[in-house]
Amino acid sequence: MQDLSTLHLGALRRVALLGGIYSNHLALAEAMKIAAAREVDAVIALGDFGGFGPHPDRTLDILRGAGVPAIQGNYEQSLSGGADDCGCGYTDPRDNHYAQISYDYTRGHSSADHVRWMETLPGHIRFTVGGRRVLLCHGSPRKVNEFLWSSTTPPPFIRRLLREHDADVIACTHTGIHWQRFVEPGRGIVNVGALGRPANDGATNVWFAILEEGDGGVRAEHVPVPYDHMRLATEMRSEGLPGEFVETVVTGWWTTCLEILPARERGLGRH
Amino acid sequence: MSDTETAASGAEVTQAFPAAPLLALDTLWLQVAGTLCNLQCTHCFISCSPTNTTHGMMSLAQVQAHLVDASDLGVREYYFTGGEPFLNRDLFEMIEIALRQGPVSVLTNGVLIRRDTAQRLRALADASEYSLDLRISIDGWDAATNDPVRGAGTFDRILAGVAHLAAAGLSPIITVTDACAGAATPEGRTRLLQLLRDAGLPRPRLKVMPLLRIGAEETRTRGYASWETLRGRTLTATEAESLQCSSSRMVTSRGAWVCPILIDSPQARMGASLRDTLRPFELAYAACYTCHTEGLTCRT
Repeated sequence: MQDLSTLHLGALRRVALLGGIYSNHLALAEAMKIAAAREVDAVIALGDFGGFGPHPDRTLDILRGAGVPAIQGNYEQSLSGGADDCGCGYTDPRDNHYAQISYDYTRGHSSADHVRWMETLPGHIRFTVGGRRVLLCHGSPRKVNEFLWSSTTPPPFIRRLLREHDADVIACTHTGIHWQRFVEPGRGIVNVGALGRPANDGATNVWFAILEEGDGGVRAEHVPVPYDHMRLATEMRSEGLPGEFVETVVTGWWTTCLEILPARERGLGRH
Repeated sequence: MSDTETAASGAEVTQAFPAAPLLALDTLWLQVAGTLCNLQCTHCFISCSPTNTTHGMMSLAQVQAHLVDASDLGVREYYFTGGEPFLNRDLFEMIEIALRQGPVSVLTNGVLIRRDTAQRLRALADASEYSLDLRISIDGWDAATNDPVRGAGTFDRILAGVAHLAAAGLSPIITVTDACAGAATPEGRTRLLQLLRDAGLPRPRLKVMPLLRIGAEETRTRGYASWETLRGRTLTATEAESLQCSSSRMVTSRGAWVCPILIDSPQARMGASLRDTLRPFELAYAACYTCHTEGLTCRT
């Protein structure tokens, strides 16, 4: 249980929520365009800007250039704290092997100024939509690297998290796969997914989420983001990132960090 | 929690054990087969056997009552264990009702899993929006390493169960204890993963667990030494969070307990129902030393 600082943004009508970007600056740029076209009041990033993809500073340039409010993910905590690993929370040696490659590359290619900015970010952001209290966190409200998967986050547990954290809607990322479950209109959990890599479903697009006024006060929508994934693959190859990562970008199937997947999510993937 | 305090006379004050807070009741363990097992492994920390009735089979009604409590208390996930869960004739119905309210893991020795068993499990998994995981224990990469621990002929029978699950499209997690020397080394893992691929699992999942020096294991190797204790220690917040008793509880036919490991210790019984267990637990048992020191969790 971490005591994290919280940024309050007041009342909003429609917001775009960006999950793990993992240095996918090309998808981030596309998502920003879609969000603008949808006339959102705010775009907010839920942490893990680096990892997996190429040129981490390009993502930070876009986020900071656009003044995007953001919270820390485990990557920002690790980088700004000078940690030796990403703190992703993997438990399997193969998962940790590839996670370390991602982290070492990101750490070696992040400017000191961007890392100092990461240190200033809050752990949580709160605002309201349609009168409903929304809490943004990276993994879960209680732990930055807790994995909230669809198949392991049932309604009794959701109700407890909402009650214990004084929220009607909790929005999170960290798992890389988007889902939402409302236990009643206007009350539930939304995993906004990730812009960094596809959702392990054989499609190459990535995802973010829009929260807006709707049934029960607030509703959530997952928005697909097509982008030039072949260009990302080319950049990753020229940066010497692992072929396994490139394969995921090109095929839409995860090849690494798979052991953490619960049975149901693992069964839906190819590897 | 006094640490190494010394009274004015110079005599040592009796040191207390640290208490683990219940930070969040995320996990409910259900001892559905009690201490009854078709095998009699020489390292079993609760000495399960075909004749050990210390904890009996749980009835469907008992399981249902605990699941209602668990839902009210916001429990996230369920683990079915024993003994051997597949000895309980109501197991499939228990899994089905638990899967209506959250993800389920079943810990089994795999010996009783036939083709039709695997197919029924697959159907249960497909019908739920939550995960169903099977976890199978094996104690070596061949009969020569496994059978002395788990019993003659068990290596082949376990792998037959694994193969039936694989054929049904299920990918069980395989757990191996340190009774299999070298299991946790890179070479050991490679050897075990290859064994599982050969058994039909294209994407094998492996968990290596430390041994608990209680129950049958006390005779097989040794029990805990007097220094293997948490007496006088204090818990940091991180240590408390990593202990499984800070986020889980256990129910058996005889009530609610702190964890799956201590059900042979009468003082580890915290009450009749889950609601009686919502309080800290004093880590006064030798096995607590293993959880604390090795970071052991029975969870997957």
